[in-house]
This record gives sequence, structure tokens and C-alpha cells, in this order.
Amino acid sequence: MSEGRKPKTEDQPWQPKIIAFLCTWCSYAGADLAGVSRIQYPPNIRVVRVPCSGRINPLFVLKCLQNGFDGVLISGCHPGDCHYISGNYVARRKFAILKTALEFVGVEPGRVQFSWVSAGEGEKFAEVVKKVTYDVQQLGPAKRLVKPR
Amino acid sequence: MASINEQLREQARKLLADKVVDLIIGYRKGSLPLRSTPYLVKTEEEAGSLIFDLTSSNNLAKYLPRVKTENRGSKIGIVCKGCDGRSVVQLIIEGQVKREDIVIIGVPCEGVVDTRKVRKKTGGEEVLRVSLPVLPGSGGREIMVEGRGFKITLDKEEVLCDVCLGCQHPNPPLYDLFIGRPREGSSARDEFKALEEFERLSSDERWRYFEHEASRCIRCYACRDACPLCYCEQCFVDETHPQWFGKGPDSSDTLIFHIVRALHTAGRCVSCGACVRACPVGINLNPLWVRIEKEVKERFGYTAGLSLEVTPPLATYDENDKQEFIL
Ligand code: SF4
Ligand code: SF4
Ligand code: SF4
Ligand code: FES
Repeated sequence: MSEGRKPKTEDQPWQPKIIAFLCTWCSYAGADLAGVSRIQYPPNIRVVRVPCSGRINPLFVLKCLQNGFDGVLISGCHPGDCHYISGNYVARRKFAILKTALEFVGVEPGRVQFSWVSAGEGEKFAEVVKKVTYDVQQLGPAKRLVKPR
Repeated sequence: MASINEQLREQARKLLADKVVDLIIGYRKGSLPLRSTPYLVKTEEEAGSLIFDLTSSNNLAKYLPRVKTENRGSKIGIVCKGCDGRSVVQLIIEGQVKREDIVIIGVPCEGVVDTRKVRKKTGGEEVLRVSLPVLPGSGGREIMVEGRGFKITLDKEEVLCDVCLGCQHPNPPLYDLFIGRPREGSSARDEFKALEEFERLSSDERWRYFEHEASRCIRCYACRDACPLCYCEQCFVDETHPQWFGKGPDSSDTLIFHIVRALHTAGRCVSCGACVRACPVGINLNPLWVRIEKEVKERFGYTAGLSLEVTPPLATYDENDKQEFIL
């Protein structure tokens, strides 16, 4: 990860908190590559490393939204590249339904996003994080499904 | 022609007498008007109380796994209207019951009554007596309800459950014998009717609706307990280690419970409406289920409970699945 530098949006005092579930074999390594290549991306993401995108239970996403994350990014290996052959294919179906359900009940599109990023795609990883951070910034702090403390 | 109840009883007696089945899951008259109650028939005499009509609303497939476990080695008959029959198909696909252990007694469904809609029509007055049109295919549509100081005639279409208004499969897709004649599928009905209103709403409006509905939930889990496909020995909401979500009435917790139940039943829900009918506080989250059903149909070309041959969509994949939402 980049070393906590502020993104170039000083006029916006509020910064979103985004959680990223990254497959260890691809997107996590892609994030690492972005880091060692010194590619800049917003420091808003907190990374959780998972063994495969197929490991991501929709409960994780809902729990994160409930506990105050403003956005969730889920990233795995490109189709055909999953180290467990079909983890990402099965996950893709699950994610499509999760996204449908969330948007239908009124969680804004853009709060929860998905990507395929390989270990060699440091640039793409940075782009994805920029886009997700930007989208969530536009949406403002999460209010829906958030549990008051 | 003998009435559907007479035919049903006759066939049930025969199945029991010939030892084709050891017991039959069906309905008998309930203790309140407009209600019937699930009934486990073990003797020919008991078969005389079986009924099937507009009040036979419980999804009997719910009882199948338990009755099966409690009566090992028995062959079980089950009365199935369209949605019960589809649930049975799902249960077979999912390995909860074996095809050869059950005898499906198909009945043609004309829809089931939503007692809440009736109560609205009577201005909240209690219904003490009813007379129903004779099934099947009698063309009868009038339901007469009587109470203290009133007697009104309702058109059945006005008081059927929402899910019945969109029903495309009034007959079970799979049966061993059929009582009466299978009904014509009603292609005139819009299967996603419950969505009509919702699709016109904005995201904010939908949020307000769902949050409001969820905020009234008392966490009794009657919806889950009525669902034939919620058979998990331990449901995620009952887990304490980890405890995924709070168990109180907080609307975030309750809505998440419902969203996750909708995800767990995605591609499996047969739109029987049992969950909605079971709710003691009248919460209606069915549009979320219908929305998912529509997505499953459009994306994966699957409709639940119609065939034993197809793998449920969330248990499989296609390399060419659409992925327009993935960056
Ligand atoms: S979720 Fe509701 S409508 Fe769907 S199968 Fe279960 S009880 Fe029936
Ligand atoms: S809500 Fe999910 S975990 Fe609970 S019984 Fe239904 S399918 Fe099982
Ligand atoms: S039946 Fe109604 S009140 Fe009970 S848990 Fe389900 S939605 Fe909530
Ligand atoms: S191993 Fe990366 S998605 Fe399966």
C-alpha cells in the first residue's frame, strides 16, 4: 500500500473508509506490485486478504456496510485464472445476485464494487482503487444498513 | 363428477389401503374460517377429512424432510399444488428427500386466499362463515363471507395472494397421480407482477419501503420456518460463534437478516408466498424475492423447481456468464 499520503482532494474534508477483499493470488499481489512500483492510489482502502474470491461470503459485505464502511471492493483473479479453477466463476454468480439485492433495497450502486485484477496489473489495481474511492466520495458517507452505535 | 375433495379422499384411501404409501401429508379444515391446516394422514378413516381448496395455503413441502426423518423407511404421500410441487422438486435436487420415497398427489390450484385482503374487505370485521367456489375448474369465482351483521360476496381475484396473481405453474411439475384435471397454465398472468409498482420507485423510495418493513420485524422467524427451502439445521441468524448480526429489533439487523435469507433462497425460491403469509405483523418483503427471481431467470435462464435435470444456478456456473458489473 502507499504510505498513507492524502489523495488530491484536500477540499473534501471527509474521507471515505473503504474495505477491500483481495484474493491473495492475484489482486493482493497486484496491490503489492502497485506499491513496489510506487504507483499512487488513494489511501482510503483497508485490505483484507482472502484465499480466493470464492471465499467471500456476502455476509462479509453486509457486515462491513453495517459497521460503517462507506464502500466495499471485492477483487479476484480474471476468469480462467482462479487457482482453484472455478472459485471466481461461482463467486461471479453470487456477486451478481448480491449486487441485485443490495441495489433493489436501496443501497446505492457504487458502494459495493467488483473487479478482476491479476498479480501483474499494478496499474489496473491503482485505477480500480481510484475509481471506487471517487465513486464512494461522490456518494458521501454511508447511511443505509449502517447500525447506529 | 365427484368433487375434488371426494376424489382426493377416495384416492388417498386407496393409496393407504394398497400400501402404496404409509402416510399422507395433506390438508384438513382449520378451526377458523378461511383456514385449512396441514394434516398427517395415517389411516383410511383419517383420509376422509382431507380437503383441498382456496384455503390450502401452507406449503406442505416444508414438512417433508421432517416427516421423512421421523418415519424412516416409510413411503410418504404428499398433496401438492403447483408451488408445493416445485418445492418438492427443489428438495429432491438438493438431496433432502429421495424421489423414490415419495408419492406426489397433484392437485390443480386456483390460487389461495390472502386472509389479510379479506379482512380489509370486511373493514376489519371477523369472518365467521364462508362459502367457497367448488374446485376445480367450476369457473366459480365468488366467495361469500359472513360475519356479525354483514354478508358480502367477493370476487376471488380480489382476495388471492399476490404470488397467486403472478402464478405460471398451477400444477406440480412432477406427480404420480393427479386429482381432477391439470389446469391450463395462465400465461395471461404476469409472473413478475409484484414488481410492477416497485420498478417505478426510485432507489430512495425503495429504501424507505424496505427499511420501514424491516423495522416492524419482531424476529420471530416464522417466515423462515414456513419456507420449505429454509431447512438448514443451523441458520446463520441463530449462530453465536461468530454472531453475524444482532438479534434485536434494530432495522439494520432485521433487514440484513431478510437480505441474506433472500440470497440463500436465490434460484431456489418457488414463489409460494408462505413466508409472507406466515408473518404475524404483515411484513411484505416479497418484491425482493421476486426481483432476485427475475434476475436469476434473465441472467442464468433458470426457474426454480421445474425440472430434476437442471443444476440450480448458484451451485454451478458458466464460463460465459455476463460480467458487465465487474471492473
Ligand atoms: S422464500 Fe418464501 S416464497 Fe420463496 S420458497 Fe420460501 S416461503 Fe416460498
Ligand atoms: S436463512 Fe439461510 S441459513 Fe437460514 S435457514 Fe434459510 S437458507 Fe438456511
Ligand atoms: S415472520 Fe415477519 S416478524 Fe417474523 S421474522 Fe419474518 S418478517 Fe419478521
Ligand atoms: S484464486 Fe483468485 S479468485 Fe480464486
